[in-house]
Amino acid sequence: MEKTLKKVDIIFEIDDKQSPLSILEKTIKRSPDEIILDLIDSGLKGRGGAGFPTGLKWKFARNEDSETKYIICNADEGEPGTFKDREIIDRVPDKILTGMAICGYVVGAKEGFIYLRGEYNFLLKNLQKRVDDYNLGMKKLNFDFTIAIKSGSGAYVCGEESALFESMEGKRGEPRNKPPYPTVAGYNSKPTVINNVETLVYTSMICRMGPEQFKALGTSDSRGSKVFSVSGDTPISGIYELELGMPLNDFVNEFGDGDTKAVQVGGASGHCVPRKKFNDTIIGFEGIPTGGSMMIFNSSRSMYNVLHDYLEFFTEESCGQCTPCRVGCQQLLKGIEAVKRGERPPAYLDDLKKLTGTMKIAAKCGLGQSVGNPFNSIIDNFREEIIY
Amino acid sequence: MSKYLVNLKINNMPISVEEGTTILEAAKMLNFKIPTLCNHPDLTVAGNCRVCVVEVKGARLLAASCATPVSEGMEVFTNSEKVRISRKHIVELLLSEHNADCTKCFKNGHCELQDLSSEYRIGDHVFLDMVKEESKIQDISSPSIIKDDSKCIRCQRCVRTCTELQGVSALAVVKKGDHQKISTFLNKPLHEVVCTNCGQCINRCPTGALTERNYIEEVWNAIYDPSKFVVVQTAPATRVALGEDLGIPVGQRVTGKMVAALKKLGINKVLDTDFTADLTIMEEGTELLTRLKRALVDKDETVVLPMMTSCSPGWIKFQEHMYPELLDNLSTCKSPQQMFGAVAKTYYADKINIKAQDMIVVSIMPCVAKKFECERPEMRDSGYQDVDYVLTTRELAMMIKQAGIDFDKLNDEHYDSILGESSGAAVIFGATGGVMEAALRTAYEIVTGREVPFTNLNIKPVRGMEGIKEASIKIKNVKPEWSFLEGVELNVAIAHGLANARQLMEKVKSGEAAYHFIEIMGCPGGCLGGGGQPIPTSPEIRKKRAEAIYSEDADMPIRKSHENPEVVEIYKDFLTEPLGHKSHDLLHTHYKPRKRY
Repeated sequence: MEKTLKKVDIIFEIDDKQSPLSILEKTIKRSPDEIILDLIDSGLKGRGGAGFPTGLKWKFARNEDSETKYIICNADEGEPGTFKDREIIDRVPDKILTGMAICGYVVGAKEGFIYLRGEYNFLLKNLQKRVDDYNLGMKKLNFDFTIAIKSGSGAYVCGEESALFESMEGKRGEPRNKPPYPTVAGYNSKPTVINNVETLVYTSMICRMGPEQFKALGTSDSRGSKVFSVSGDTPISGIYELELGMPLNDFVNEFGDGDTKAVQVGGASGHCVPRKKFNDTIIGFEGIPTGGSMMIFNSSRSMYNVLHDYLEFFTEESCGQCTPCRVGCQQLLKGIEAVKRGERPPAYLDDLKKLTGTMKIAAKCGLGQSVGNPFNSIIDNFREEIIY
Repeated sequence: MSKYLVNLKINNMPISVEEGTTILEAAKMLNFKIPTLCNHPDLTVAGNCRVCVVEVKGARLLAASCATPVSEGMEVFTNSEKVRISRKHIVELLLSEHNADCTKCFKNGHCELQDLSSEYRIGDHVFLDMVKEESKIQDISSPSIIKDDSKCIRCQRCVRTCTELQGVSALAVVKKGDHQKISTFLNKPLHEVVCTNCGQCINRCPTGALTERNYIEEVWNAIYDPSKFVVVQTAPATRVALGEDLGIPVGQRVTGKMVAALKKLGINKVLDTDFTADLTIMEEGTELLTRLKRALVDKDETVVLPMMTSCSPGWIKFQEHMYPELLDNLSTCKSPQQMFGAVAKTYYADKINIKAQDMIVVSIMPCVAKKFECERPEMRDSGYQDVDYVLTTRELAMMIKQAGIDFDKLNDEHYDSILGESSGAAVIFGATGGVMEAALRTAYEIVTGREVPFTNLNIKPVRGMEGIKEASIKIKNVKPEWSFLEGVELNVAIAHGLANARQLMEKVKSGEAAYHFIEIMGCPGGCLGGGGQPIPTSPEIRKKRAEAIYSEDADMPIRKSHENPEVVEIYKDFLTEPLGHKSHDLLHTHYKPRKRY
């Protein structure tokens, strides 16, 4: 069934009758395996962008035999154009904490950490208080789990889970080789579940309302709803929770300014969709997934400048350890400048596209692997704007 | 417990390997060569250059074969179309940020990136030149090491070397993205940071980003200058490694050929650091026995034990930075190189009737820290700089090539005399544990009148490549004048590589271990693994060099330092006695605390 745009209120909804802590209290009376089955049944996939099935991730971590395990909430929201986690942390932090605590119960972890983006330090004071209260609440329930906050220092790459662990361990924030994956060896080389802020809230909500209600939303590949950060050329920029699976056209009709030329779905590392493809583009894992960022560009925008900005961003934010990403980003950036100035022929763009092919399969982490997304989608759809 | 066997196929060839084996290792077993750059047998896996990527059937991404363990049923392709395209791209990218000024590079012909570029026939540059102008300014502040960021390909071998093997961390990765580079604390010149000049980074740098400060031209100039009398000393470990740079297999001794080549180069006298290694044993052994006597007989509480060796200049600078509170533990003996310089420009110059100011002392060393050491202001006891130039084993190999000498065909020649005679105890200075063994051979015999109680004088417990070795020798039936040592159990420890040295120092500081004597060598394996030795290096290569050193020892007619006739002679003629007045002036030194930043 074709989906249309539908606003939803799960994440930010305040339930006066049932506090997040009481959801925890209720949930830990169930068996961990039951909770995992519910999560798998709900079809919830990670909301950070990569979309790994959450129930499976928890199951893998649960199956690991280790005295010490960790739960980490990835609040290093750094993708350009994404600002939904900030709002979630600000408005419903207890729901995040509940997700973490339930996860701890399910996988057998006693400690959880929120890795908070350095630039979000203004949220720290309030969040710390809520964490302290929640820790106290768990103590009263005789539930053995403690949550602490760790602050990042502002590197984009530290949102990459293994770089985040390195950062938490006090090392340079550089992604690790995989395998091993976090559920086997994450923070301090112990089994670790690392989930996005929004994912954790959904887990607590699924525990409250059951998988059916969640599953009723979205499509078979993209169950449920998702919080979007809408920005750019829109009269109503902001945070919106929408059902997954809508055509981009619906989205543009709702949020565009009537002159939308392109939408960058999924932030700087996402895909640029031109007007002619709005109708055929589904927002979801079967189409174009997004961690939430939706940047709208109208016809006054130069797509060369848009791409140039993104490439500048990646050139600076690459951790620099692997060759395809460190040098590749520089080559893409300087390459389009050279084409623009006429120092390289337009066909050089095709050499660069081939280079993104290598970056996509040979870079060490998601950062370098995804630079080709904006590059190719902008070059393919706005080639003349890049050249002339 | 045996590990699981994992079955996989590489390029359609089946193989079973132990669980935990990497794809790279498995491919090697099948004789498939996968190129690597950041990978090194001495270091942890980095997986960051990506040159070693391979295709795994069904996987979305290529796998870095050095960092990816095999798994059951895996099908790997090391040369598929995807792999080739990616690998070529990666080499091209590396070249685009590399100052490919190959013809002028010191590493020309010895560069792993150059080899790869040649292998992949990288012709016209597809990509833009990304070398930053400011990166071309070399750091030449250190007398030992030159750092050229424009040649750096960020493989981080040097950083891992400095951190993992040496525990020094003078080099670190700073900044990110296009500004990421290998730097020092606050980007200070190498000479102003905790760098010990060990040069292990040079041994592992795949390109010309880290090289020794070379003095080849200066030495040629001295040779051609008729007013100069050029004397060469060769360190113990050079003779088991020089051949590697001249087409001779690893582990072959080339002592006689090296002497012959040096003479052919026009060196006036070819002498041996081994002579002063023997002298070191006399001085250091006596110093140890004196310290023990003061501690045990005189109950002198100012005596500092354990005494620690002082032959390795990288280790000395490490100690000055990291453990200045333990400087009094260091033997006051100069290193054999510096003893040689001081004796050459005094005793020897007199003997051969050459003015000290006309003498140029050149050392052939397995070491780059020796270049720093010879410039230390304390090292001028002859009234001149005691050692003028230090060449690494590698630099000597270059000079031999420049002179058109067919090294392999040379007939063995003998060192000149005097200052050319040595013992087996001296040559083993080149291996970790060697100084200890040499000292024990002499000290035990002085004290008891008998040889050390080990078959063929081979003190096996102090040999080998273990990071830290410990041993005890019970001293029994001593001579009357050493009666205070009767029944004493002499506890010794040996460490090589500065990360191991640090561990041992922590043990000493905490009082956890009570040693009498400690030998430390700054480089892994001791001098045979020194920062000036032929490249490449690996545990296997160092093992072979060590075997060569011990076989050289076994073949020497004299095996104990105190039996070296030239050593006996110099005490009779000149020095009078170990730790005597002259020795004090020429053969001993002092140390200075240095800050960490």
